Amino acid sequence: MTLLLKNVTYTFPKKEYPVIDKLYLTVQQGEFVSLIGKSGTGKSTILKLITGLLTADEGEISLYKKPVTLGDVGYMPQKDLLFPWRTILDNIMIGAEIQKEIKLSKEDARSWLKKVGLKDYEQAYPNQLSGGMRQRVAFLRTLLTEKDVLLLDEPFGALDSITKKEMQAWLLSIWQELDKTIIFITHDLEEACYLSDRIILLKDDRTIEETTVPLPRPRYQEMLHSQILLELRKELEKKI
Amino acid sequence: MKNLLKQYSLFIVFVVLIMVLVEYLVRSKIVPAFIIPAPTSVANHIVEQWRPLIFEHLKATMSEFSIGFIIAVTAGVGLAVSMYFSKTIEKMLYPAVLISQMIPIIALSPIFVLWFGYSIWSKVAVTVLMSFFPIVVATYDGLKSCDKDYIELLRSMGANKRQIFMKLNIPMALPSFFSGLKIAIVYSLVGATIGEWLGASEGLGYYSRRMSGDLNASGVFASIVILTVVGIILFALASLLEKRTLRWKNRL
Ligand SMILES: Nc1ncnc2c1ncn2[C@@H]1O[C@H](COP(=O)(O)OP(=O)(O)OP(=O)(O)O)[C@@H](O)[C@H]1O
Ligand SMILES: [Mg+2]
Repeated sequence: MTLLLKNVTYTFPKKEYPVIDKLYLTVQQGEFVSLIGKSGTGKSTILKLITGLLTADEGEISLYKKPVTLGDVGYMPQKDLLFPWRTILDNIMIGAEIQKEIKLSKEDARSWLKKVGLKDYEQAYPNQLSGGMRQRVAFLRTLLTEKDVLLLDEPFGALDSITKKEMQAWLLSIWQELDKTIIFITHDLEEACYLSDRIILLKDDRTIEETTVPLPRPRYQEMLHSQILLELRKELEKKI
Repeated sequence: MKNLLKQYSLFIVFVVLIMVLVEYLVRSKIVPAFIIPAPTSVANHIVEQWRPLIFEHLKATMSEFSIGFIIAVTAGVGLAVSMYFSKTIEKMLYPAVLISQMIPIIALSPIFVLWFGYSIWSKVAVTVLMSFFPIVVATYDGLKSCDKDYIELLRSMGANKRQIFMKLNIPMALPSFFSGLKIAIVYSLVGATIGEWLGASEGLGYYSRRMSGDLNASGVFASIVILTVVGIILFALASLLEKRTLRWKNRL
């Protein structure tokens, strides 16, 4: 197992109740797991705990059997947080500047930009890009940290439905090609069903409910209209 | 250049109109020449006296200005960075920096003369005192305004403190730093001039005071004109540097 969260409890300073309460969660190598749940149920907090930005009050979080530390996983925050003074190319190179063991050449970075359709924007600044383009850049920045585990906090939240479909297909292909382990937050239940192996539903009473998605791999866009997906989605909608 | 002319054309018309009006008022003796000199006689004064004005007095003022400005920027940025890294230094010195602005500088100046005599350093001291504050406050605010989410992003990549400072705090502080720098440039020039009033044997501030003692209004205005032009040039240079450095802000 790649990632283990064992009875993790976390309370924000000066709060009476824990946001995360005795959370037990395992994620396998190469698995695609989605976190869903109402706003404020602690989805983003879980990702911050896994990155090491927040430290659990109780319990343990381990990655390949070692406690996680900062810099171990790739993290894409909810806001795109591009550096406005850096060009797009320099924005996606930041990970390689911070961690010397990442060997990312400018050429590689350029070819990645091309793959997400931003070839003409490498010298542009973030304020010249649309919301969707910015999210693609933020996603590339995370991917190019070259970590096995990627934590994605609503990566496609700001995209229109057509671009979103493109990005989903693209994400699935990357995930399969590079054997990444992905934890993915979304409010879009259809998206969660379509992409994931497993869906974790966070509930108001701070318990979780896991659902395995019975769709085969690889996934195709036509599956969005499959009976299985529609039913699963309905079921989740009731529980959420 | 064309754009500049276009943007300031109305202003230029206004200035020319005022000058023509003053010229008329003085020539027709409605206003006596020792109150306001005719623009032509100010121009005349500059043309006649340009050698001492530029090579003696402007040179002296610029030396005081440059030394004072460089000291203020270096010390100001240094203090701002130390306050950012150390809560103790911040708690100890930030109030002092604020209070230093409440003291009327004119009242302090005799002390500088006491300490530094009539050497260049008494003027430099006034210059530093005037421009230090905007630099410290602007730089410190810029450093502190750094968004916590950006810091978290870099920390999640395993960045250490030094990397966060270099890659995040510095670029984030630059816009604010430049605002402070532009104010400091103007204040430094004012500081050098005030310093000269209090005791000097050269410099444009000294010159205007001497001319005022001689009731030579053209002389007073001549030094004012030169100071103003120099101030505008310096400010424009700082703005240009700002535009170049913050290129990402202009593109849209
Ligand atoms: N820095 C903080 N200090 C105190 N409380 C916080 C902080 N960040 C989040 N919280 C609280 O913790 C709870 C969970 O927040 P979190 O951001 O994890 O929710 P979320 O599930 O990601 O919500 P959303 O879907 O809106 O992004 C919320 O009730 C929020 O008010
Ligand atoms: Mg969230």
